[in-house]
Amino acid sequence: MFMFEKALTGSRKYWYWILCLLALVFLGFLAYLRQLEVGLGITGMSRDVTWGIYIAQFTFFVGVAASAVMVVLPYYLHNYKTFGKVTILGEFLAISAVSMCMLFIFVDMGQPGRVMNVMLHPTLNSPMFWDSVSLGGYFLLNAIIALITLSAERKGIAPPKWIRPVIIISIPWAISIHTVTAFLYSGLPGRSFWLTAILAPRFLASAFAAGPALLILLCLLIRKLTRYDVGQEALRKLAVIVTYGMILNVFFLLMEVFTAFYSGIPEHMEHFRYLFVGLEGHNALVPWMWTSAILAVVSLLLLVTPRIRNNEKWLPAICVIVFVSLWIDKGLGLIVGGFIPSPLGAITEYAPTLYEISITLGIWALGFLMVTVFYKIALSVREEGFSK
Amino acid sequence: MIISRKKFLKLTGISMLAVTGERLTEPLAGAVQSASSESPRALTAGRWAMVIDLKKCAREENCTKCIDACHLSHNVPDIDNKAHEIKWIWKEEFKHAFPSAHNEFQAKHIESLPALLLCNHCDNPPCVRVCPTKATWKREEDGIVMMDWHRCIGCRYCMAACPYGSRSFNWIEPRQYIAEQNPDFPTRTKGVVEKCTFCESRLAKGKLPACVEACPQNAILFGDLDVAGSEIRQLLESEYAIRRKPELGTKPEIFYIV
Repeated sequence: MFMFEKALTGSRKYWYWILCLLALVFLGFLAYLRQLEVGLGITGMSRDVTWGIYIAQFTFFVGVAASAVMVVLPYYLHNYKTFGKVTILGEFLAISAVSMCMLFIFVDMGQPGRVMNVMLHPTLNSPMFWDSVSLGGYFLLNAIIALITLSAERKGIAPPKWIRPVIIISIPWAISIHTVTAFLYSGLPGRSFWLTAILAPRFLASAFAAGPALLILLCLLIRKLTRYDVGQEALRKLAVIVTYGMILNVFFLLMEVFTAFYSGIPEHMEHFRYLFVGLEGHNALVPWMWTSAILAVVSLLLLVTPRIRNNEKWLPAICVIVFVSLWIDKGLGLIVGGFIPSPLGAITEYAPTLYEISITLGIWALGFLMVTVFYKIALSVREEGFSK
Repeated sequence: MIISRKKFLKLTGISMLAVTGERLTEPLAGAVQSASSESPRALTAGRWAMVIDLKKCAREENCTKCIDACHLSHNVPDIDNKAHEIKWIWKEEFKHAFPSAHNEFQAKHIESLPALLLCNHCDNPPCVRVCPTKATWKREEDGIVMMDWHRCIGCRYCMAACPYGSRSFNWIEPRQYIAEQNPDFPTRTKGVVEKCTFCESRLAKGKLPACVEACPQNAILFGDLDVAGSEIRQLLESEYAIRRKPELGTKPEIFYIV
C-alpha cells in the first residue's frame, strides 16, 4: 500500500538507524504517558511562562514545512528543471515537518482528549482555529501531491492533469501556514515582544533559510549513502536561497532591535534585554542567544562569499551553522522570551525538564523516521525508473 | 417577536418604573432583581462592574479576607509553588499592577497601596478572541467573561492573550490541594485554565460576589454600569478612578480608586 513495501527492505545500517529512531520515539512516548498522568506540571512551564519548548519547536518546524515552497515554486511554476530531483525530497520533508508540528501542539494540550473541540466548535476569530485548518490542509495537499506524482513516476506515465492546480494552491498555502502561525503571537495586546507587524515576514525569512539548509544537509547525506544525486547546480541554487533567507532574517531582526531601542519604550526593550544581557540577574538564555547571534553573523560571512558557499566541503558546515542559529532564535528564544518579563513585571525563568526534552526528542525522532521512510520509498521508485 | 433576556429585563424594568412612577430602590443599587426562571431572586445586570477603593483596602494591613472567601467558595487549590499556583484574586504591588501610573517620586501612600487584582471581565476581552473552542466567552446579557471547564482543551492561548495575568492553569491535579471542599461549587481537573467568574453562580442565587461580601471595609462596590444613576455610576462620576492598561483597548470592568 502506498509503495510502503519499499521501506521494508534495506541494509543492516538502515535498520539500525530505524531501530535507534524507534527507541527514541518509544522513550518519548513513555515520557508522554507520565505527562498524561501527572499533568503539564512535569514540564518547566509555569503560570508566567505558559508556553515552552513544545510551542517553540512547533513554530520552528512550521517554518521548515513552509520552506518546501522554495523548491516547489521554481520547479512547478517556472519549470526550473534543476530542482527536478530535489522537489520530491522537499515535499516529503514538508509532510514530516507538518506532522511534527501537529504532534508538538498535541503534547502541549492540557486536555488532549478534547482536542477535537477545535473542529466541533469552530471559532473563526481564533488564529489557532485557522492554524489547525492551514496545517491540516498543508499536510493533505503535500501528501496528495507527493503520492500522485510519485506513483505516476513509478508507472512511467505523466501525472494526471488535475494535480497541477493542487500544486499551484500549495504554493500560497505554504506562505499561509507560517503567516497564520505568526498571527498566533503578533495579535496579542499584552505581549510587546511579539506585537510587531514584521513577525510574519521574519518568520518566513528565517524559514526560507533554515528549511533549505536542512534540505541541503539531507541531499548531501543521501548522496553519501545512496547513488541518488540531486546535482551540484541544485545544491548551489538552494545555498543561494539560504543566503537570501538569512540576510533577510538578520535584517528584519535588526529592524526590531532598532525600533525597540531607539523608541526607548521599556516594554519593547525588556524582552531583548532579558534575552541578550539578562534582567535583574536572570540570564539563563543569554549564552544561547549570543551563540545564535554569532553563528548568524558567521554564516552570513560564509554565505555571501561565493567561493566558500559553492565549495561543497564548506557547505554542510555552513548549513549546520544556519540551522543551529535559527533553531535557537526561533525554537527557543522567540517564544520563551515573549513571556519574560510577565505582564505583571515578574521575571520567571524557564528551562525544559528531562521529561519535556524526552518528549521533544521523541517527536524529532518520529519526524526523522518519517523522512527516512519517505525518502527510502521515493529513492527506490526513482532507482527502479533509472534501471528500466 | 423574539427579544433577548437582556432586552426583556430592561423592558420590564422600564414598565415597572412606569407603573410605580418612582425609582426602583434595590438593596443593590443598579442591579435589577428579575423574575428569572432559575431563582426568583437572581441578581442581574446589563454590564457588571466593580470599583475597588484601594485606600479603604489598605486600611486593613495584611488582610486576606476577600481572597480567602473567594478561594474557599470556588475550591481554588492552595498550591505552595509559584510555578503552579492558582489564584482568582490576589494582592500585587502597586507598580506591577499599574506600571504606567508608577513613578519613582510618587507619594509613598500611593505606591504602597496593595492592588487587589482579579479578572477584569473586559468589555473587549482578548482571551475570548483567541480561544479556539469558545470555552471562554463573554456572556451577552451581563458582560461576565465565563469559562467552561468541560470544554477547555488546555492550550493556554487565553493566558498568553490576557495582558493582566488573570488566568491560571492547572499544571497538576488540583483536588489534593483543596483543604476544605465546598460541595456547592465544582472542582477542576488538571489541564484546564481557570479564573474569576464574578461569582456568577452566587449572583444567580441572589448573592453578591464572595469578595464583596467578605470585605470588612466595604472597599469593593459591585454594580451595573448600564444603569444610569446606579451607585457604581454615581461613584465613578464623583471619584477619580483608574483602570489597568486602558491603552490596550480591552475596556476592563474593574475600576480602582487610589
